Amino acid sequence: MRDVAVIGIGMIKWGELWEKSLRTIFVEAALNAIDDAGVDHIDSMYVGCMSSGLFVGQEHLGALLADYLGIAPVSAVRVESACASGGAAFRQGFIEVASGMSDIVLVGGVEKMTDVSGGGATFALSTAADQEYEVYNGVTFPGLYAMMARAHMERYGTTRKQLAQVAVKNHENGSKNPHAQFQMKITVDQVINSVMIADPLTILDCSPITDGAAAAILCPLEVARKISKKPVVKVKSSSAATDSIAIHQRKDITHLQAAEDAAAKAYKLAGVEPSDVDLAEVHDCFTIAEICAIEALGFVEKGKGGSATEAGETAIGGRIPINPSGGLKAKGHPVGATGVAQICEVVTQLRGDAGERQVENARIGLTQNMGGTCASCVVHILEVA
Amino acid sequence: MSTSARYWREIPQRYRLEAGKCSGCGAIWFPPRLVCKECGKREFEVVNLPDRGKVQTFTVIRVPPSEFCDQAPYALGVIELENGVLLQCQIADCSPDELSVGMPVRIEFRKIKEEGEAGIICYGYKAVPVRE
Repeated sequence: MRDVAVIGIGMIKWGELWEKSLRTIFVEAALNAIDDAGVDHIDSMYVGCMSSGLFVGQEHLGALLADYLGIAPVSAVRVESACASGGAAFRQGFIEVASGMSDIVLVGGVEKMTDVSGGGATFALSTAADQEYEVYNGVTFPGLYAMMARAHMERYGTTRKQLAQVAVKNHENGSKNPHAQFQMKITVDQVINSVMIADPLTILDCSPITDGAAAAILCPLEVARKISKKPVVKVKSSSAATDSIAIHQRKDITHLQAAEDAAAKAYKLAGVEPSDVDLAEVHDCFTIAEICAIEALGFVEKGKGGSATEAGETAIGGRIPINPSGGLKAKGHPVGATGVAQICEVVTQLRGDAGERQVENARIGLTQNMGGTCASCVVHILEVA
Repeated sequence: MSTSARYWREIPQRYRLEAGKCSGCGAIWFPPRLVCKECGKREFEVVNLPDRGKVQTFTVIRVPPSEFCDQAPYALGVIELENGVLLQCQIADCSPDELSVGMPVRIEFRKIKEEGEAGIICYGYKAVPVRE
């Protein structure tokens, strides 16, 4: 296997982008990544997207987006792994470069979610859960994470306020990110007193519906050292794991086993410990998800995710800054784009280009992107080369 | 809307709680599987799940999927049955304030939803509190 580097990243401002189509937002992000990398060609492309079929009635994204990006006839395919589609696409790009099959690979993620009604979006997202044994009975994604939250509160004493503090911290970080959908700060009281969606989770515990795209360009490390004019960021390890899709078929409903499994492999391959990581972008689709994720990734002891957040350990400037970008909560969650945007944020941080939200002396960063209730999980560890 | 086959092929599980018991290690899977997740064996006998259990966790859905609009708010939970098998279903016949972790429940045959004017009326299982 060859060592692999990220030489280009491309983001756009996320939000409710009424005037722009799926193909437009994808091509904008991809062009930003191509310009950032300074490359003159692409050998292959992967597109992470959860459900363009249900959101805009369009499948076959590989060919469509390669055509509109002007890179046809190169190979281009879509990768689907629910909300982990972006991370899974990045992993495919990594494997293709590491294997020697291609030198310059573009990985993009995209989701256009506002072309359907709220009900249509709820339905499309629910297809990431077990249709016959979860969704059939009327559950929603907030409902599934609410049940995980209730169990976590019951077993570990996690409080309603601690859940809210995840959202408060991520909005604080998002207020410093010009690409974030939400750039306003919020308070614990606002979170707790906002509209109840699925007890105990309110609307401010939930990530939003977002239109967005992100892109990254991968190449062999030795090529990056020759052609890149920016600090080179190496992909130290890539790993993925799966678990039961239905939460009731897991041994411990409060534990993200696939995240622990993917992280264990990623740490081993990279030769690092959780304590070596300077910052992480984790999949906070709901406030409880961030608490469970930082426990599964080994940043805090099991059951201590809530109290660590309350103590400020996960804030920028804390012991282990989590989601300096604002996370899914504030930056937005265009599902298929999220995993690629996490990579973009970590690269921005490792280059030292994060401005007001910069984590000081960031050398090693981790991304954790999960699908459904963590039935799929993809973890990447990146380092300044 | 799906074909009716998609509905009726799940009837043994939704109406009768039929599960698969592994002939190798005795693990019980609901719904049945072709391969045992514990030991990898591929032979199973059909067993019916017990109808008593307790609530492991729960929520109240306030913003429902469109098919459940006329039912919200409604409670949903993960139920641990007496033999340790877990399933997910609505918790009916009780108000949100009555819900608690560990609450004893009985599994009953109930209407789940209607697909609409030309569709199927869908049945299945719900948990109801055991009040003794």
